[in-house]
Amino acid sequence: MTTPVYAADPPSARAVVELDELVAVLHRPSGATHLLASPAPELLDALAEGPADARTLLERLSRRYDLIGSEADAIEARMEELVTAGLVWRA
Amino acid sequence: MTAARLLVAALRDPGSVAGLSAEQWTALLTAARAERLIGTLAHRLDRRSVPEAVARILADAEEGAKQERRAALWEAEMARRALASLDLPVVLLKGTAFAAAGLDAGQGRSIGDLDILVPRDALDAVEQALRAFGWEPVKEDAYDDAYYRRWMHELPPLIHRERDRMIDVHHTILPPTARPTPDAEALLADAVPLGNGLSILSPADMVVHAAAHLYADGDLAGGLRNLWDIDRLLREFASDDFWRQLDERARRHDLAGAVRRALRQAADLYGAPIPDGWRARFTVDPLYRRRLLARDGWGRQGHSFTRLGFYIRSHWLRMPPLMLARHLWTKATRKPA
Amino acid sequence: MRHAHAVRVGPVGFRVGAAWRAPVEALAALYEGYPEPEGAIPDLTVRLYPERPWRRWLRPSVAISGDYWLPDAAPLPLEQGLLAAEMGMNLQVALGWRRHLLLHCSAVERGGRVLLMSGASGSGKSTLATLLAMNGWRFLGDEFAFVSLEDGRIHPFPRAASLKNQAIAAVRQAGGTVGPVIEDTPKGRIGYWRPPADALARMAETAPPALLLFPRFGFAEAVEPMAPSEAFMRLTQASTNYVALGEAGFTALSRLVRTVPALTIDYPDSATGMALAERLWSEA
Repeated sequence: MTTPVYAADPPSARAVVELDELVAVLHRPSGATHLLASPAPELLDALAEGPADARTLLERLSRRYDLIGSEADAIEARMEELVTAGLVWRA
Repeated sequence: MTAARLLVAALRDPGSVAGLSAEQWTALLTAARAERLIGTLAHRLDRRSVPEAVARILADAEEGAKQERRAALWEAEMARRALASLDLPVVLLKGTAFAAAGLDAGQGRSIGDLDILVPRDALDAVEQALRAFGWEPVKEDAYDDAYYRRWMHELPPLIHRERDRMIDVHHTILPPTARPTPDAEALLADAVPLGNGLSILSPADMVVHAAAHLYADGDLAGGLRNLWDIDRLLREFASDDFWRQLDERARRHDLAGAVRRALRQAADLYGAPIPDGWRARFTVDPLYRRRLLARDGWGRQGHSFTRLGFYIRSHWLRMPPLMLARHLWTKATRKPA
Repeated sequence: MRHAHAVRVGPVGFRVGAAWRAPVEALAALYEGYPEPEGAIPDLTVRLYPERPWRRWLRPSVAISGDYWLPDAAPLPLEQGLLAAEMGMNLQVALGWRRHLLLHCSAVERGGRVLLMSGASGSGKSTLATLLAMNGWRFLGDEFAFVSLEDGRIHPFPRAASLKNQAIAAVRQAGGTVGPVIEDTPKGRIGYWRPPADALARMAETAPPALLLFPRFGFAEAVEPMAPSEAFMRLTQASTNYVALGEAGFTALSRLVRTVPALTIDYPDSATGMALAERLWSEA
């Protein structure tokens, strides 16, 4: 099985307000509100560069953050949650 | 003038609202809400030339319609994502189709459930794919379930467990038991792709569907809105070619009578353009007219005897008599849950 | 409809029509002194009608509908016609209003700032708001807080407070007048408390929120701060129109929870609840 490639709407499709450790995100195309914990907001931002699989996303994140013990599998699990929420789709 | 007549006049000629009294405005706005035409009215009227209290209500309605439109288009996109792997034509119907295609009929229109048309032999696969994406059946009742699958032209309605939105999956535009039998394959074959993985019916089929929905598939409830849809579609599509196509498609779907009645009614109420030859051949049915214009200034649907007549009529049209008896009997004797 | 009454509460113009005289007369009496809808054009219509034509006379039962309706709204006996009218008005606001973010909160104001109290039925939010309003606070409403979509200020909606069961005695004990009282409703005994003249006279005067409490009646005294994200989540649940408003609702609600401190308070009796609210207010 090939690894899934994920895509997301551009950042302009979302209104983002940091509340505390959670971030409130209004997804404009759906009108749905999501409360996201790290690293979900960072993953969405990382997709702004274009569609990517979990490994590529990990590389993009590690350019910006010091990642400790992150693995592509864990990223993929987070991405599937975002797919279910409608924020991300399999390209 | 009854509230419904005020509403029809305001939609047809926005200038007709000049000089309305507060009481008439109240009746007009209430009837517009009850007929689910308030968003359309808001789109039609110039808010600078109405009383302030009216302008506020219309602004609310316009904003509400915007949100409904967004939600409807998102549901369509969710269905597209759920069904993408099946590689099927997914045809949007009714309000969602108008909005997705940017048609005038979609301007300010209230949009409820998502209605889609898919090939009949793909129904099972569609249902499975939707269930995998979070839709589940609304009705747990085995009789209703069998009724939908067997006699209606759709799967039992499914509702999304998180978004709480309904989807109706059709394989044709009338129940198989109804006397007219539309050509579902032709509907799918001529559907127009929107370029985003979704399609809409061809212009002629869209009008045929709206007419079928009005006369054969319901009890005329929502008739004013339905005829407004038809009026807008006709104004947008009108051409010699279109009339020819419409005539051909209406016959092909066994709905020539319903289509002509609907067009004549739309011309009568809203001044929809129809070919002169079609106009002359028919007179307006006063019973339909009275039924369509029954809404009063408190939003009530008047003429309850007429209404009952139409209710029975619509069931007769949907089902052969024996089945009707069985249906009513089962409904009547079923214990309340 | 045979009988009708129109009234404005805060920003909302209502029109209530009924097949019977009694509910409309009771409504007119309860809302005596309230203004008319602006421009004599109401925003929302309530209809009270017999479920079946013969039910107007035979064991009359009042069905509730209007511009907006719920398929499963149960009818009430005619003696509870005033409650039906009130429920009808609540229903129209809950489902139809979109000029403000609506929160299921009571609200009182002092010193130009608003205390919001959010909670389900039985939390005591109506009782606390009523008691505070008898104690130097301005009554803004016991059912809905109207949050401005532009600047987050709270618009008064000073309906008569609807007090249930023991709350009626608590308010009477504190010297308040409660009436009329309706017995044996689906929610038990309900009594109405008319807001003071000041609340009516100033029903167009908005004020910014300063403190948000989530009271729970019937528990040992306790105070817990609430994280903004939790307040956000709970208020989306306590709002009837958050989803319908789209981004405007998101902006208003996220502004509210970021600027206004939120606390849960548990209290065993009204006196403790009042004292807690006053203390937390002075610390806020």
